[in-house]
Amino acid sequence: MNALKPRQREFFVEALIRVAGFSAILFVVLIFIFLVKEGAPAFWETSLTNLFGQRWYPNEGLFGTTPLILGSLLVTGGAVVIALPLGLATAVFIRELAPNWLREILKPLIEVLAGIPSVVLGFLGMVAVAPLVRQTLNVPTGLTAFTGSLMLAYMSLPTIISVAEDAIDAVPSTYRDGALALGATHWQTIWRVILPAARSGVIIAVMLGIGRAIGETMAVMMVTGNAARIPREWNALFLPVRTMTATIAAEMGEVAQGSTHYHVLFAVGILLFLVTFLINAVASAVIIKGGARRGGRLMG
Amino acid sequence: MSRQKSQRIAFAILTILAVIVVVPIVLVVAYIVVQGIGAINWEFLTTFPHHGMKEGGILPAIVGTVVLTFGTAIVSIPIAVGAAIYLAEYARDTWLTRAIRLAIINLAGIPSVVYGLFGLGLFVLSLRLGTSIVAGSLTLGLMTLPVVISTAEEALLAVPQRFRVVSRSLGATRWQTVRQLVLPNALPGILTGIILGLERAAGETAPILFTAAAFYLPQLPRSPLDQTMALPYHLYVISTQVPGMPLQVQYGTALVLLILVLSMNVVATMIRSRFRRRRQW
Repeated sequence: MNALKPRQREFFVEALIRVAGFSAILFVVLIFIFLVKEGAPAFWETSLTNLFGQRWYPNEGLFGTTPLILGSLLVTGGAVVIALPLGLATAVFIRELAPNWLREILKPLIEVLAGIPSVVLGFLGMVAVAPLVRQTLNVPTGLTAFTGSLMLAYMSLPTIISVAEDAIDAVPSTYRDGALALGATHWQTIWRVILPAARSGVIIAVMLGIGRAIGETMAVMMVTGNAARIPREWNALFLPVRTMTATIAAEMGEVAQGSTHYHVLFAVGILLFLVTFLINAVASAVIIKGGARRGGRLMG
Repeated sequence: MSRQKSQRIAFAILTILAVIVVVPIVLVVAYIVVQGIGAINWEFLTTFPHHGMKEGGILPAIVGTVVLTFGTAIVSIPIAVGAAIYLAEYARDTWLTRAIRLAIINLAGIPSVVYGLFGLGLFVLSLRLGTSIVAGSLTLGLMTLPVVISTAEEALLAVPQRFRVVSRSLGATRWQTVRQLVLPNALPGILTGIILGLERAAGETAPILFTAAAFYLPQLPRSPLDQTMALPYHLYVISTQVPGMPLQVQYGTALVLLILVLSMNVVATMIRSRFRRRRQW
């Protein structure tokens, strides 16, 4: 490099920076290509009726992904139902009610939650939360979809809280001042003015929470009991299930490379990729339309 | 119901919900510390596991996680900082820039296990790196890109515009301005982003499941093409795959991992707050 003249060196460095800038696009495309390359054969090595069938018994050549998809939906749905009120309330609490000193404690605490590795939460879920669930609900095993939802809810809380906080923060202060000046109480202002104005941000928070929850792997695999069954009973939430992510993580290590099973697991990966891609693309479109924030803040 | 009364009730509910969020966080950390602290001693940290991993220490897992984290840093830092410089200092608001931002947001959203699949398909099999430290580091490095890019970009954008205007008006080129003025001023923020990204990588299991991690190895890895044990994977293995594993060893392993990850978090926070206090603009 030192042999080059300054102008040439600068040209060289700036070219590298440009390449780095475009690399993100390259990586997304590369990831998709490799998933398709390894996953597409699943669609001709086995029939579509098998792939979307109701039974997942890879040893017998049955690759019905319906139980896995429904399992993921059930666990994720449960997580959102738990996390949404908790996350929204906490965001409002931090922004509107908490005094400064308390806010300075709460924010780092929630960052700590975001930092706890998912395998640690999964471990704790297994040894501490699952027995609690079993005793409280009086069910045969504590390793249930509900336990998974509970863990996932807490894991998606940091995302939901930080995005919802930003949304509340972005509401113009004139709205609040106007409402208070008209004689509304603080709570009426929050409920009737601030939250409705922050609506699109709250929707983004929920979507990103869903995206985070549906892709979570280790904690879910460790606490949901891993039974690939279709949740059709009314109490399915309190029975073991198995998610798409857990299936990939649990089975990929044991399959022969190039086998149908191997290709089907990649096909499940394609589905996960597409779902999260869609969620994030729509969420970022809402943000860009809102124009209030830069894309970067999303990653919490 | 009077308006004041309904406000009191609503605020009480909000407070209760916030408590329900916060208290378990404290409980989780405290519980792991209390249960795991008894397992941790010099031997636990510096010896190999033996007797079917039920006894002995977790040295190879600790070393493996440190090595993987360094590997991740080597992969991720140049690309992420380069991309952040491009977005903050060079890119104009074109459709291409918007496509890059969309790609970064989507990279951040891809499930970690899908990164694992990709790493298996590209690095382990197609590039024939095998299950190795290199393959794992490349996979983890890609995964951490979005976090590092977005925090680094924010740090760059936080440097006041007048710095650039003055520098350019004195005849410095764009790169000289970035190199001599913007980067040094944004360095603490960039460093914070890097540590936060590496913190995530250090705690991840799913991306290394099929790309780097070994169940048990009798010696430390000798080359970047060797497999390695790793703390998060080790915790997964001893808590699900080894019957009769003493609970205290499991808690001890969880605690070591938690300390490693959270201390990175603390360092990142400290750099950020020191920098905020010191900066003169």
